[in-house]
Amino acid sequence: MTGAAWLLRRLVASVAIIFAVVTFVFILIHLAPGRPCAHIGGGEYVDQIECNRLIAQFGLDKSIPEQYGLYLIALAHGNLGYSFSLHRPVRDAIADTIPFTLQLAGAALALDFLLGLALGIYQAVRVNRLPDVVIGNVTLFIYSLPTFWLALLLLLVFGEKLRWFPVGGPNDPVLCPLVDSLYCVADRLWHLVLPAATLGLVGAAGTARFQRAAMLEVATQDFVRTARAKGVPERRVVLQHQLRNALLSFITRFGLAFPFLLTGAVLIETIYAWPGMGRLAFDAILSRDYPLVTATALTASVVVVSGNLLADILLGIADPRLRVPVDPDAHVLTA
Amino acid sequence: MTTPAPGLPPVLLRVRNLKTYFVTEHGKGTARAVDDVSFELYPGETLGIVGESGCGKTVTSLSILRLVPEPPGHVLPGSLIEFEGRNLLALPAPELRAVRGNQIAMIFQEPMTSLNPVFTVGDQIAEAAIIHQHLSRKAARARAIEMLRLVGIPDPDERVDHYPHQLSGGMRQRVMIAMALVCHPKVLIADEPTTALDVTIQAQILELLDQLQRELGMAVLLITHDLGVVAGHADRVVVMYAGRVVETAPTDALFERPTHPYTEGLLAAVPRIDAPRARLHAIPGQVPAATAWPPGCRFHPRCPYAWEKCAAEEPPLLEVGDETGHTARCWLVSEPERKVPKP
Amino acid sequence: MTLGTWLALVVALVVAAEAVRALRHRGLRSERWRRFFRQRTTSWGLGILTFLVIVALAAPLVAPFDPSKQLDIIHLKNHAPSWTFLLGTDYLSRDLWSRVVYGARVSLGIGALGALMAVSLGTLVGAVAGYYQRWIDAILMRGVDVGLALPRIFILLMAVALWDGLPFAALVITIGLTSWFGTSRLVRAEVLSLRQRDFVVAAHALGADTRRVIFRHVLPNAAAPIIVSAALGVGNVLLLEASLSFLGIGIKPPGASWGNMIADGAPSIYTAPWSTLFPGLAISLVVMSLNAVADGVRDALDPREEPA
Repeated sequence: MTGAAWLLRRLVASVAIIFAVVTFVFILIHLAPGRPCAHIGGGEYVDQIECNRLIAQFGLDKSIPEQYGLYLIALAHGNLGYSFSLHRPVRDAIADTIPFTLQLAGAALALDFLLGLALGIYQAVRVNRLPDVVIGNVTLFIYSLPTFWLALLLLLVFGEKLRWFPVGGPNDPVLCPLVDSLYCVADRLWHLVLPAATLGLVGAAGTARFQRAAMLEVATQDFVRTARAKGVPERRVVLQHQLRNALLSFITRFGLAFPFLLTGAVLIETIYAWPGMGRLAFDAILSRDYPLVTATALTASVVVVSGNLLADILLGIADPRLRVPVDPDAHVLTA
Repeated sequence: MTTPAPGLPPVLLRVRNLKTYFVTEHGKGTARAVDDVSFELYPGETLGIVGESGCGKTVTSLSILRLVPEPPGHVLPGSLIEFEGRNLLALPAPELRAVRGNQIAMIFQEPMTSLNPVFTVGDQIAEAAIIHQHLSRKAARARAIEMLRLVGIPDPDERVDHYPHQLSGGMRQRVMIAMALVCHPKVLIADEPTTALDVTIQAQILELLDQLQRELGMAVLLITHDLGVVAGHADRVVVMYAGRVVETAPTDALFERPTHPYTEGLLAAVPRIDAPRARLHAIPGQVPAATAWPPGCRFHPRCPYAWEKCAAEEPPLLEVGDETGHTARCWLVSEPERKVPKP
Repeated sequence: MTLGTWLALVVALVVAAEAVRALRHRGLRSERWRRFFRQRTTSWGLGILTFLVIVALAAPLVAPFDPSKQLDIIHLKNHAPSWTFLLGTDYLSRDLWSRVVYGARVSLGIGALGALMAVSLGTLVGAVAGYYQRWIDAILMRGVDVGLALPRIFILLMAVALWDGLPFAALVITIGLTSWFGTSRLVRAEVLSLRQRDFVVAAHALGADTRRVIFRHVLPNAAAPIIVSAALGVGNVLLLEASLSFLGIGIKPPGASWGNMIADGAPSIYTAPWSTLFPGLAISLVVMSLNAVADGVRDALDPREEPA
């Protein structure tokens, strides 16, 4: 099928999936026990009359299907609802966290892929020799670390003992309440180092292991031998012939990396007090803040699905076997 | 050692005492895949190397361009591979690369897996031209189209941008040939070039190779297990068994006077339409493992004529004496009266 | 640590080492086992795992103190490691070593059960989808797509945070129910490629019914990704449970889980790092061993791994 038709089909499927996820989350949170009033109003004690008023105001007395319908209609208007616990529109609450989440995710991904790819390729070239064995064991160890524990360790060593980096927060609250100068940008980067390193290092270890395996699998393929037989210099054999093929599986992994950054980020954001979407979601769940929870689930699944879609598109570009169909004339007898 | 027939031009490629061994895991011993192989290739001729799987012919061909993967395999010192007077085994890497694909080219058995799936056919052909002849991308592309036409691919200016998976098996093999010949090498090593193809395509590819050989004046090392291929397309034949050369002869001489019992067995095993036989002849037994070659003559456990001397002492290559440079590694050459089939 | 517990510990170490050695010896005959043990890390991983499993099973013998007992809140709070308290004590003066040992039961138990559930479910769904194809496949795989799109921690957070006081079993089931999607895709891919193979056609020709063909013929050949999935799955579930416990919504104190132990120790990490260090080290060790063993299984069952 042509590219446009395929893309359309995937988009429709993606929307359907997001829809299904949101429905699921909606139902789940409304099924949870606990009277809304225990949490509306930010956990303060609320008496019965006030509680009823709040319930009526937020429409929580209607049946679940009715609430669902109303929610969808509001969604269509771009209205994500009003957060009980934060006393502000959900859309604003989420929007505020997006730059922080993007910065953390972006930095972590960059570290993950750049370091991971380089290590994986290097290991494959020096396979089974000392560098490969050493790096392999180190990556095995780091890959097995719980991210939250690594975060605590990094804080202990680099934050407290050596005092090289700050121990939390996105920036200096006194000097840089807003990022409005070059100094504050640098300050933000400085605060970003530890959290991004925590996520990025563990990710890089996984990527290195994965990429090493992918490169080795390609290395045994016949066309690599053909390239050598043609007199292609070794560096080109590795970087062009081998890597181009190993990248195909890497792209798939890249698409799967997005959700990880959201989910892995909850812990990191909590430990480093980084005001990203993960922490917002976690607090929202604990406060039974239905609109906020549903909206963050929606955002999260949009990101996941987009990541997959992006990966599929990239794969379609990179792998000619997917891009160009097999030629129907290819099996003529006088070949 | 083969005595060159008189009046031949100087040797193009000389392989002497080639030994390529492989280390196997866990004390199964060393696999002596190629165990002292020698032959010569003259300009413009086609030398066929024939043998069953496991006889070492593919490893021999890989050893010439030093394509044997080094951790499990290694070429032993004392081996000599001389190309135009230079020892390929002693060349530093950059010079070796200059020989590969340029002076000596190789095509392989499986055209589908031997071509890189993510690059176009044209790019892969052009790559050799760019590397060895320093052509610009445009010029190299033009050469690629030229080569595609040369190997008989229709619509070459379209096909040049196709990917391997868009071509049929026969066409892919033609692409491999184009890729190998783009720099007009002096030697083409063809490792079972038609084994993976349909019979009708096989004939076409072999004819193409013949034609190109004539046009470009190159020598071809044709490796195959198929005697029919050898009969139709090789000038001289080397028969290999168990890592050694067991018989060498011009093609006609080999088929008229097969001397080594193994060669006899191979010929007898070919089913023939004109001589109906009740049962197909098969050489009894199996090819032994490369880690444990039998003592004495390596073929003796399967040989219908073997006697005590065969198990005790391995024969050297002896001249058969028909003045064609025909040699065979068999005691029957010096003791023909012993040729009595065992009961 | 008392003499008795030291003895038990040493016995556990020796048994684990001997078990691995014995396995290596027996395995030398088979090609697959040789490949499994080729890397040294695999043997170490297997040994460490065995040791920890023994320790977890024999917890009462190896732990000198009751893990929830606050020994002396005044004098023994955040005590550094010593001969009596092998790994020190935490902020409530509980013996860390005992808590780690009992925590092993929790973490390994949840890890194993959760992975078992996830792999079983994933294999079942994947096999059915891959085998029957067409609309069954389409429906199941759409479901898997939705499942994979669900932010897993999210759902777990919701499920666990909203239902307070969730029993152990429910936690395991929830984790299992959200972890099977990846496995199902892998199994489906294997089954799809296997069902074309001649031995499946032959089985049908011999009159075997579908269920028999799936379970006795196809699945055993798909064993490699399933086993690797299982080994990695235990590690993933373990990390998941540790994360949840760390956030305060998994296993709650005084119950000992390596995750909540890290959370307990975090506030005093600068003054008493051992209470955070050791549980984390335990988790890393187990996950590392599981990954090493999974690597070994992959080497053993998937010969394509050899570099030429």
